[in-house]
Amino acid sequence: MSNVIRHSVFTAALAVTLLFGVRADAASGPGGAWTKWTAGNDVSNVASLQRGAANYMGYCAGCHSIKYMRYSRLGQDLKIPDEQLEQLLILPGSKKADYITTPLSAEDGENWFGKAPPDLSLITRAKGSDYVYQFLKTFYIDPQSANGTNNLALPGTAMPHVLSPLQGLQEASFAAGDPPMWESFALVEPGQLTAEQYDVFVRDTVNFLEYVGEPIKAKRQALGVWVILFLLVFTAFAYLLKREYWKDVK
Amino acid sequence: MAVSSDKHPAKGGFRAWLNKRLPVDEFIDSQLIGYFAPKNFNIWYFFGSLALLVFVIQILSGIFLTMHYKPSELMAFDSVEYIMREVEWGWLIRYMHSTGASFFFIMVYLHMFRAMMYGSYREPRELLWILGMLLYLALMAEAFMGYVLPWGNMSYWGAQVIVNLFGTIPVIGPAIVEWIRGDYGIADSTLNRFFALHVIALPFAIAFLILMHLVALRQTGSNNPDGIEIKAKLNQDGKPIDGIPFHPYYTIKDLVGVGVFLIFFCGVIFFVPTFGGLFLEKPNFEAANELSTPEHIAPVWYFTAFYAMLRAVPDQQLGALLMLLAIVVLFFLPWLDRSPVKSIRYKGILSKIALTLFVISFVVLSYLGLMPASDLYVILARIFTAIYFAYFILMPWYTSIEKTKPAPERVTYHE
Repeated sequence: MSNVIRHSVFTAALAVTLLFGVRADAASGPGGAWTKWTAGNDVSNVASLQRGAANYMGYCAGCHSIKYMRYSRLGQDLKIPDEQLEQLLILPGSKKADYITTPLSAEDGENWFGKAPPDLSLITRAKGSDYVYQFLKTFYIDPQSANGTNNLALPGTAMPHVLSPLQGLQEASFAAGDPPMWESFALVEPGQLTAEQYDVFVRDTVNFLEYVGEPIKAKRQALGVWVILFLLVFTAFAYLLKREYWKDVK
Repeated sequence: MAVSSDKHPAKGGFRAWLNKRLPVDEFIDSQLIGYFAPKNFNIWYFFGSLALLVFVIQILSGIFLTMHYKPSELMAFDSVEYIMREVEWGWLIRYMHSTGASFFFIMVYLHMFRAMMYGSYREPRELLWILGMLLYLALMAEAFMGYVLPWGNMSYWGAQVIVNLFGTIPVIGPAIVEWIRGDYGIADSTLNRFFALHVIALPFAIAFLILMHLVALRQTGSNNPDGIEIKAKLNQDGKPIDGIPFHPYYTIKDLVGVGVFLIFFCGVIFFVPTFGGLFLEKPNFEAANELSTPEHIAPVWYFTAFYAMLRAVPDQQLGALLMLLAIVVLFFLPWLDRSPVKSIRYKGILSKIALTLFVISFVVLSYLGLMPASDLYVILARIFTAIYFAYFILMPWYTSIEKTKPAPERVTYHE
């Protein structure tokens, strides 16, 4: 009998594997290697989050709000002293208890860029951290674009490459095809950061956005270890109790 | 003097006082200690009590969520993020509830599979099975409405698709859709009434059906992996020879099941609460937006088998009918099975193949329903939909012609 179950579970697993296999092949089609780039960030790395917060407030917050996040929570979680929080991070006109809004009004945003810059509180939850990482790394020169650059992860994006002073500007080469397949980037105008430094910059920023997407994440995982350990002990004792009670069942 | 029974001599004090007024001890005696369950329950018999545990978890976490959630078009999405960020332990309460929804279905599906495997739906337990099916229907409605409440973009578009299914009913369809929504589109009024149904009406219905399910179980007694009636062999006290008191034996055994269950449950809550986008879908982290349709709309995994069937049919009206039939046909299971034995252990090879194919078809359809409807997937969905229905339609035939093994007189028990 248990063979029947084992057999059915196995066959079901096989069927699913086959289907997933089909799907994996489809994903490796058009798109190219950049779709496999991973952010490799870690929300328990507080130093990285601190750098990411500084990056975000310096380069992103001018246009993008993170409206579910308060400055005060940021200070607490990222271990940033109040003084530094106020000097370095809090935007003019905001107070410590405020949510992190942007000075750019939605109306201006729409007029200037054609689309109001979206709130980024949940961007990593809606699109994934890897997506944001790929987005920030795949801006390239495109003379046909209104602002001079285009993006592989979000083709036709209304966002100009605001990080170009750091990364510099890169040209993309595509292999012929429909749609053309991305092959490589070549830096044509260097920025202030080396490629490695820029990578760290982006990773820290993505890390910060992942933290903003779910501020409790690092604590949740740390707490989870204890919860599971407790449950293992509980279950072990429950099992011993069961064995004791069932001894006389013949 | 307090009234006393043989087992509970008058002891004076509070307990005696209480029992004179409320039959607490009598209830425990008759329902827990006096209820004899077969001693040969295996791992498949954990999932009923675990489904009940999830129900309790959902009620408790739900109470706390309603303290902070705002059932309004303008505030619902924000209030969920408020719970996740600013309510003390709000994230835990919300993840318990969202994970609980998926685990409820996992438990219920395993519980239903157990019943199908061991013939627990067969005479005299037909009504027990039907009550369980009604519970499943109520749970589906409960889960669907709960899924709309966070008012994410998938909530919104999912509600759009599912409510529109009622529009395929001939003549009165469009009027019914409007009546369900309370508006010309999915709107504030829809959200508000789904909230009322989700937190009051359906939980009451589910609690009542659980009670009836348990009362019916007490009346017929539990089936077991051998599919034989333990009441047929009684000892001199009139108790089943192969039965053991539910309490303490199964209460304590279930405690082990609870431990293992909680390890998985908490593993998801604390480490993978979105379960890779299956339990909490990515598009639902964007607020409802009537101008932006998610790339592809799919219900949560526990409905996707039926969704795949809907998409397998080119005509939406027929597709919706097929979906409905896929669930209705389950109600008739007790009368479709003509086998002389109940348990798969003693049924013939045809039944074993049929059940295996049925499980595969349900799993594959669930997977297909999650994927975009490509040509290949639609063809596969048609094949597996046919297999799903063949399990039921051919059952009277294959259960009556196959060669079965004789069921044993006594349950097989080996620890």
